[in-house]
Amino acid sequence: MHNDSQALRRILRDCRTLAVVGLSAEWHRPSHFAAKYMQQHGYRIIPVNPRYAVLADGSPGQILGERCYASLADIPHPVDMVDVFRRTEDVLPVAQQAIAVGARCLWQQLGVENAQADALARAAGLASVTNRCVKIEHARLFGGLNWVGVDTRVISASRPV
Amino acid sequence: MSDHRFQPETLAIHAGQIPDAATGARALPIYQTTSFVFDSAEHAASLFNLQTFGNVYSRLSNPTVAALEERVAALEGGRAGLASASGMAAESMVLMTLLQQGDHVVAAGALYGGSVTLLAVNLARFGIETTFVDATRPEAFAAAMRPNTRVVFAESLGNPSLSLLDIEAVAEVAHAHGVPLVIDNTVPSPFLCNPIRFGADIVVHSATKYLGGHGTTLGGVMVEAGTFPWDNGKFPGMTDPSPGYHGVKFFETFGDFAFMMRARLENLRVHGAALSASSAWQILQGVETLPLRMERHCANALKVARFLQTHPAVSWVNYPGLPEHPQHALVCKQMRSLQGAPGGSGLLSFGVKGGLAAGVRFIEAAQFMSHLANIGDTRTLIIHPASTTHRQLAPDQQMAAGVKPDMVRMSVGLEHVDDILWDIDQALAKACA
Repeated sequence: MHNDSQALRRILRDCRTLAVVGLSAEWHRPSHFAAKYMQQHGYRIIPVNPRYAVLADGSPGQILGERCYASLADIPHPVDMVDVFRRTEDVLPVAQQAIAVGARCLWQQLGVENAQADALARAAGLASVTNRCVKIEHARLFGGLNWVGVDTRVISASRPV
Repeated sequence: MSDHRFQPETLAIHAGQIPDAATGARALPIYQTTSFVFDSAEHAASLFNLQTFGNVYSRLSNPTVAALEERVAALEGGRAGLASASGMAAESMVLMTLLQQGDHVVAAGALYGGSVTLLAVNLARFGIETTFVDATRPEAFAAAMRPNTRVVFAESLGNPSLSLLDIEAVAEVAHAHGVPLVIDNTVPSPFLCNPIRFGADIVVHSATKYLGGHGTTLGGVMVEAGTFPWDNGKFPGMTDPSPGYHGVKFFETFGDFAFMMRARLENLRVHGAALSASSAWQILQGVETLPLRMERHCANALKVARFLQTHPAVSWVNYPGLPEHPQHALVCKQMRSLQGAPGGSGLLSFGVKGGLAAGVRFIEAAQFMSHLANIGDTRTLIIHPASTTHRQLAPDQQMAAGVKPDMVRMSVGLEHVDDILWDIDQALAKACA
């Protein structure tokens, strides 16, 4: 797992396109919060959720203005990070797909900690994060979380760029 | 590879504050503003929906205040902090976020008077019942737990009883019943004791005392550990859709800082006991030297305690840093070691021979020791609790709080210890003449 601050900064700097697996279209769900936040902070969000991939009339579904795909394999362009909002026990197939599509990072969200998926991803050369929220880590390291009293653990004499 | 863990002396200066992005200012700016602009309607909507972090209005959050919140959280080893206008406001904020009508609290009996009143009078009016127990006996806490108990509340080091709570043992009792342990850690400060290390879930401070350290500024801070399982079924307010925020479920959305967010958005926002930016700044000036000051408070207090022990005009002395303290083993376990001995705090109490009248004469004969109701100042402070801070309690309640009729409480300051001893000696001479 690559959960230390230096690794997380690198991942959040280098991964600009995030496939959000399990993204909900309901605005008050944590996955929607996180994806919307990342979109507002300059990342491209690709929704992956079979529930919203196809509308009743057969046309492609959308979340947050982006086409929603049923699986990672359906995405017609490369993604940097696979951000997983699924139960821990359902993560392994997602990890395998992430490796297959050439992602650079597997990111398991809060409460999602599949150790096998983590090991598999790392062995395949991906960065791998478990039990962290992309939104919270971005806000912690790049500003925002320091405004609500959370211990960001940032001790520095450098002005933020 | 994990992040470097910094020592308290470094955290006290740096945690929560990096150079200012806009100006490069090294020291913390005082953001003396009530409100903050929105970049767009979309940005405003995101802020109000909690989809992005940012500042809206200083009752909710303020960058200067946030620096204090993060600093105290870091010093306590907690996940997140929340500041308030006073220590009592912090306590009220925590309890009113956790409790609702029909709930029950198990609390230590020997609490600061204000805490007793909050529980026994104010919250009782809203249908919240409290059982007070002997804080030196963890089994007393266990015996008092009920199905509707939702909080266990105690002080790490009692004021003025100077009794320690066995935090680990009481945390086990609380957790066995699925409820959080809230600890008032004002007297030791985060430098001498970290209740979260021993299992506490929430810590509260009167920052007015040792954190600010100079007797200038009222303030309070609460810190959450981030490890309590709020989804155990006993805290629907943490897991159910919030009526105030379009159905956001706090624990699901914010995880290990969910309690702080709920306290901020459902209590601080509504009840309004916000800390001002300039107050937060002043308190932080004190926090920078917290480790240094606490070391000197403890060194001075130990010398004073030893001096009093052999003084002919003194009948008894109580100081946690003395090896004779009945809870010495617990002091060694829970309090930071300073030069090979546990720091006993800056507080001590003693009995003047001649009882209440001699105690009053002692206080009035002091030259630079100040007679006032406060602790944790650079100045040495003295008071007679039975006739002042605990005056509103009945005699049996006073005894339960550790207040004896002849007791003088001293908050030993940072003056040269020889001068402190001189003032004590000359005041005792006048008291017993």
